[in-house]
Amino acid sequence: MSTVASERATDRGVAVELTDLRRTYGGVHALDGLTLHLAPGEFVALLGPSGCGKTTALRCLAGLEDPDSGTVTVAGKDLTRVPTNKRDMGMVFQAYSLFPHLTARQNVEFGLSLRRGSGAQRRTRAGEMLDLVGLGSQVDKFAHQMSGGQQQRVALARALAIEPQVLLLDEPLSALDAKVRSQLRDEIRRIQLEVGTTTLFVTHDQEEALAVADRVGVMSGGRLEQLAAPHELYASPATAFVADFVGLSNRLAGRVSQGRAEVLGGSVPVLPGSVTEGPAVVLVRPEGVRIERSDDGEATVVSASFLGATGRVVASTPDGETIHVQVANVDVPDYRPGDRVRLTPRGDAALAVHDGSDSMGTPGSK
Amino acid sequence: MSGQRARIRRRQRTFRWGVVTLVSAFFALPLLGMLDFTTRGPGGVGRSGQTWRTLADFGAVATDYPTLNDGVVTSVGLAVLTVAVMLLLLVPTMTWVRLRVPRAQRLVEFVCLLPLTVPAIVLVVGLSPIYTWLTGWLRYFFGTAISESTLWLSLAYVVLVLPYSYRAIDAGLRSIDVRTLSEAARSLGAGWPTVMWRIILPNLRSAVLSASFLTVALVLGEFTIANLFSRNNLQVAMYLLGKSDAQISVAVGLVSLVFAFLILFAMSFVGSAGQGGALTRRLRSRKESA
Repeated sequence: MSTVASERATDRGVAVELTDLRRTYGGVHALDGLTLHLAPGEFVALLGPSGCGKTTALRCLAGLEDPDSGTVTVAGKDLTRVPTNKRDMGMVFQAYSLFPHLTARQNVEFGLSLRRGSGAQRRTRAGEMLDLVGLGSQVDKFAHQMSGGQQQRVALARALAIEPQVLLLDEPLSALDAKVRSQLRDEIRRIQLEVGTTTLFVTHDQEEALAVADRVGVMSGGRLEQLAAPHELYASPATAFVADFVGLSNRLAGRVSQGRAEVLGGSVPVLPGSVTEGPAVVLVRPEGVRIERSDDGEATVVSASFLGATGRVVASTPDGETIHVQVANVDVPDYRPGDRVRLTPRGDAALAVHDGSDSMGTPGSK
Repeated sequence: MSGQRARIRRRQRTFRWGVVTLVSAFFALPLLGMLDFTTRGPGGVGRSGQTWRTLADFGAVATDYPTLNDGVVTSVGLAVLTVAVMLLLLVPTMTWVRLRVPRAQRLVEFVCLLPLTVPAIVLVVGLSPIYTWLTGWLRYFFGTAISESTLWLSLAYVVLVLPYSYRAIDAGLRSIDVRTLSEAARSLGAGWPTVMWRIILPNLRSAVLSASFLTVALVLGEFTIANLFSRNNLQVAMYLLGKSDAQISVAVGLVSLVFAFLILFAMSFVGSAGQGGALTRRLRSRKESA
């Protein structure tokens, strides 16, 4: 473990504030009044579909894009018009960004060479950072001699070596295969906790965001739909978009009355921000539906899938609704297409929205 | 079956060698003719190495053939200056356009390729008033010695070499991810001069060398513009010398041709070494990450 990193772990973080950022590209609002505050040392992930503005937000924070309006404040200083090279931020890019003509050590030393310090100090620091990312034995390799995962680790070491105020991660794992991605994801979180740098992580992979971030911000159309801790985001989505984008939701017709929604012949409490009275679409998670085999059940099994740790049954109701139900993986063989089943809500709180509210069009949509 | 294949292969090999021999002869015969002419004895009788011995004595060449000496020095100076101006103009501009105004790439390409379609005489007619204006100002500020220098021809030569150097540098820029590399360097604290000098240029090494070699070859072989501007360079000096001492003139021509050939040979070597660098690195890194 790096001594340098552990020494700094408690005092590296600074507050970051993006306030009412707007950025337009030829009439398209990439950022439409984005406001996002990061607490010192916090790890925030921005999640959203392609074109939602998450990368633009990160690039505005990095100084690689100029916002049309709004402010970027780091540690109380307004950096909105400060050039990238004066912002003191480390960045890891989606594309492999190691300098091809330099070795891993020289790459890590590059940022240090632009600052004060002797050559010996630079070499020591670069060695420490490469140790931190587990590449202490690869210091003399060039980018083309390393795998994609190794290159991104070196890029992370290079970004952290300059002791940045803020660490920016622009989908750094998207070009890697699933196993490496999962390993590196956990490693990024471990290192971030060690060094304590305030971090903004942009990704379109919800599993990645939910697994590593202190808080996750879901973006759509250049705006922040919701910013919350991962479990809160999943259990209490603020909008139909969040409910649909994070995890899977069944969109079921129901009726709201006195803080409860009637759905699938039962009732569930509704989340804040839901419709207060009258007909609504209730967004129920697959694990929020109970399924029982029953000859007098009204729903019919369409398919049953084994998903590894869990299983999934898809059933259809006489009203034409398709409902996804999570089951234990060992129960999957019990359900065959055509079987009659009874579906009832388990009672978890759900979001109820007006029909036609913005959604991602999940398989559960009518 | 295998016998038929062997016959086809033999025939193809023979054809290939035939073509190579024919092309080599096409290029070599004039050179051999020049060599033959420069080794003829007095009055065209017998063989003599006198011309080459004279040429090898640099001191004597400088004294006996001052125009040739001046032409060589001027052409070398022009080559160095043209390379410097061309690189200073093209590398930052092309990098900037690629990063900031990619839509302007086609326009820049069009402008850079335009000199290919402009005959030298038209170029001279167009440049004449500009040089007159420039010379006036230079004379005013620096005096005649600088304003009358033939080295100002390098500005015209930069225009002349634009199409070739543009192509070479463009190929280099395409082989690297300029945007990501420069953004990575800037995020680490590098200003634009550092990005250019320490990140972009080292990764364009083979492209820059190719562009420079092409420029040197073109400048050393340039005759029309210098002659039309009544300036002396290597080719003009050779032309003038041809009227008084044809053998020396042809010998110098032969040396410059061989030199140009060596430059082009070095360029093709650097080019393939460059491909083995940037391009192969990219392919390998993609393959290994897959």
